[in-house]
Amino acid sequence: MSSSVATTRPSTFDRGMLLVLRRNWRTSGIVAVVVGWIVAYWIGRGHDTLVIGGSQTTNVHDWLLRQENSIQTASATGSNPILQVTNGFATGVNDVISFIQRMTTVADLPRPVPEIGWLGLIAIVAWVAYALAGFRSTILVVVTFLLFGYLGYWQDSLDLLNITFVAVAICAVVGIPIGITMGSSSIVSAVITPVLDVMQTLPSFVYLLPIVVVFGIGPAAAAIVTLIYAIPPIIRITAHGIRNVPESAIEATTSLGQTRWQLLRKVQLPMAKRTIIVGINQSVMAALSMATIAAFISGPGLGQPVIEALSSQRVGTAFVAGLGIVLMAIMLDRTTTAASEHSETVARAGRHDVRLNRVVLGVGAVVALVLVWVSRQYLSAARFPSSPDIGKPIQHKVDDIVNWIGIHLYSVTHAIQNQFTLRFLNPFQELLANTPWYVVGVAIIVLAALIGGTRAFVYTVLCLAGIYGLGLWNESMVTLTATLVATVVVMIIGLVVGVWIGRSMMADRVIRPLLDAGQVMPPLVYLIPILALFGANRFTAMLAGLIYAAPVVIKLVADGIRGVSATTVEAAESSGSSRMQIVRKVQLPMARGSLVLATNQGLLYVLSMLVIGGLVGAGGLGLEVYRGFTQSNLAGRGLAAGLSICLLGIMLDRITQGAARRSGGAASTSS
Amino acid sequence: MSRTGILARWGAAAFAAVLVLAGCGGGGIKNEKTGAKGSCGTLNMAINPWVGYESDAYVIGDLAKKKLGCTVDYKKLDEQVSWQGFASGTVDVVVENWGHQDLVKKYIDQQKVALDAGLTGNQGIIGWFVPPWMAKKYPDITNWKNLNKYASLFKTSESGGKGQLLDGDPSYVTNDEALVKNLHLNYKVVVGGSEAALIQSFRTAEQQKKPLLAYFYEPQWFFNEVHLVKVNLPKYTPGCDSDPAKVACDYPPYHLNKIVSKKFADSGSPAYKLIKNFHWTNQDQNTVSKYIAQGGMSPAAAAQKWINANQSKADAWLK
Repeated sequence: MSSSVATTRPSTFDRGMLLVLRRNWRTSGIVAVVVGWIVAYWIGRGHDTLVIGGSQTTNVHDWLLRQENSIQTASATGSNPILQVTNGFATGVNDVISFIQRMTTVADLPRPVPEIGWLGLIAIVAWVAYALAGFRSTILVVVTFLLFGYLGYWQDSLDLLNITFVAVAICAVVGIPIGITMGSSSIVSAVITPVLDVMQTLPSFVYLLPIVVVFGIGPAAAAIVTLIYAIPPIIRITAHGIRNVPESAIEATTSLGQTRWQLLRKVQLPMAKRTIIVGINQSVMAALSMATIAAFISGPGLGQPVIEALSSQRVGTAFVAGLGIVLMAIMLDRTTTAASEHSETVARAGRHDVRLNRVVLGVGAVVALVLVWVSRQYLSAARFPSSPDIGKPIQHKVDDIVNWIGIHLYSVTHAIQNQFTLRFLNPFQELLANTPWYVVGVAIIVLAALIGGTRAFVYTVLCLAGIYGLGLWNESMVTLTATLVATVVVMIIGLVVGVWIGRSMMADRVIRPLLDAGQVMPPLVYLIPILALFGANRFTAMLAGLIYAAPVVIKLVADGIRGVSATTVEAAESSGSSRMQIVRKVQLPMARGSLVLATNQGLLYVLSMLVIGGLVGAGGLGLEVYRGFTQSNLAGRGLAAGLSICLLGIMLDRITQGAARRSGGAASTSS
Repeated sequence: MSRTGILARWGAAAFAAVLVLAGCGGGGIKNEKTGAKGSCGTLNMAINPWVGYESDAYVIGDLAKKKLGCTVDYKKLDEQVSWQGFASGTVDVVVENWGHQDLVKKYIDQQKVALDAGLTGNQGIIGWFVPPWMAKKYPDITNWKNLNKYASLFKTSESGGKGQLLDGDPSYVTNDEALVKNLHLNYKVVVGGSEAALIQSFRTAEQQKKPLLAYFYEPQWFFNEVHLVKVNLPKYTPGCDSDPAKVACDYPPYHLNKIVSKKFADSGSPAYKLIKNFHWTNQDQNTVSKYIAQGGMSPAAAAQKWINANQSKADAWLK
């Protein structure tokens, strides 16, 4: 760590020295492993690489396939009681969704239009937004809804909102109790945490088909797929909220002789309320990010035009529909946040304000009702007007730009893709995928131990054993290569931009909204223009992964830089350090914990994106997963690929977390 | 603090109640007359991911909707998932099926949840194609025996030192991996992603005179724009493709057909008769596909345009 800190405090100096020594020992160990690896590559390249033919399967794959088929047969005969329950559940969910659809988006036959027209619907949501989140949210909601319509996706937008609403409602009903139990019991927590890890890292394509088997194609299945991905945040954050209720508050109430239930209801839940709302907010965001995936099993909503645009390569269409998803995400994010703050503002308001608020709500309700009535009476208030259409012009403009680039800059984009692949990706992939598997395995395990410590070592051994057993070693190494290379690039970008916006408020104000938009924009949306420009290959998939991971990495780096105390920076400035020196010698080293965390997130984000990259030539596990979804005889192999991705994710996560823990510990000794 | 909360809740409840009352008041918007020929109900139509399929589906769907009063629910799905939909009862019809012997066996013969509803009249061809400029410059490339001679031309960053054979959507019917292996070709199959990706690749290859060897198929509107040339693989003989791992011959000629779910066929829906009667030519399909893919029309509008121009054909299916 920084020597200036060590010298000012002699007592920590020795430990600091020790750390430096230990770090040097580690660094030389890492170098030795890499050198040994390269030597082994030259000797044994091309041997024992565990390449598997395009349609070959192993015993494990066949076994997995049989399991999946047996579920299918059971569901076809309708004899399995569990499947009868799930069918009942699916019917229930479908009924709710189709009820909301008939109310808002589809013709409720024999009526030619939905029960409530667009004008009435906007009036209702405006009223609800005002009641729950205040005036500013009302404006945001109304403007966003109007934009949905004017972009030309009124129905798809509302369908997506509908699915998201139902999925998040189930998430809350199921997730909050689980979160509470998890927060109060460390045993439950230990059991559930790995399950949540798997739910968040297992690629959705793996469970799309089984879910279709069990829940049928359509809204219910879409809601379930969304739910699987959206429920972990709310469980985790609720548990966190319960856990963080101050010990003193709990002791005070238990000493009063309150029961467990009273404690929960009167103390823990109210005190954790804000955190739980944050959890709901996170679940909503996760649910929206599944919009395009759900469309693969015919889930209604804005995901539909996006995947349609993917298969027809219409960049403009994808862009406009994606814009709709981003708008929805911003709206839901801001309103749920505002709602949590609003409840407190109202609580603190004086009697006069309360009365005023009541009057406004009452008048608002009457106005809304009148508008609902109007929207049932007049076709113009029932069907969203088709003009002015702002979606079409945007769509054409985007298409024109991409076409122009495609024609005029083809040789440039082609050269970029080729050079990057040949110079960086291919050599690295040679090393990982074309060296004997036992060399690669041992090398990774030793590196994991050096970088991440004992726990990381154990996890890495187990994960690699699993990957070996699942029979897709070579594919896994191809995917690992792309993940590592993309993460290196994303970290470089993250450092440059993150430091910039971490140091300049101005830059932050300009860049941060872009990052927010980048985080909610469904990856398929920017995958399409990249695909159009660079063709179907690993580079395209990597670039998409990079864009997907960049916002979160940049934000974490920026937060780390900003977290360095102002006094330290001032001290360095007064001692005459240049700006570059401050960044390099003070801010970056002190933000090391954040940098490691950023790497961790970068790796996991890139990895999850490479699965979607399977659709556009990423090869490796991503392609395997998608092929398993689409070719019946390869379903077992696809499942094995999905599990391999899971294992890769867990491995990378544990290694970087180990590194974070070490750097965190080191940071605490120097402070 | 909780008083306002309660108030808001009561307000919401009252609001909902009034809403229901308003709903009962009956709208001024006239109810639509139900379908011309009685009840059709909902027709769940799978939409597989290529434009030709959309053409069939939307022409049938448009007629079912306007002439038979059906509610048509288009579900964008891959082939295998659509068949799964027959079993779970969520898909009624696949309007352009390419063989799929394994799925036929599983869902028609074993589970008996689906059945063949006759040919669409379209003749399907699958094969390997090169852009016209290549066929002109290297005339003997159309014989598979010469492919290894030209392998180096097709090298890309993705093909690992071999020639690249570009494949389409991973869900498409393909023997390409086995063919490359069994014909001892020095090529690597690289998956391109979609029909549009293939078309874009061919377009660029022809414009920029870049080499390209790729999987493609007919019926296909794009042949009107760029006349791709097929590479002849060893001739297809019946049964030569029976073992998927040992295939060393060309793809069979496909007689594309329609598959419906048993439940739908037994339901007596007038749409079933329409689907059974539906029969047209490759040229018909290509016309509609071109409206969609090149003209940028919505599939429904393209279908409508074709129907208006071919009223007599459409009427014959409705009889």
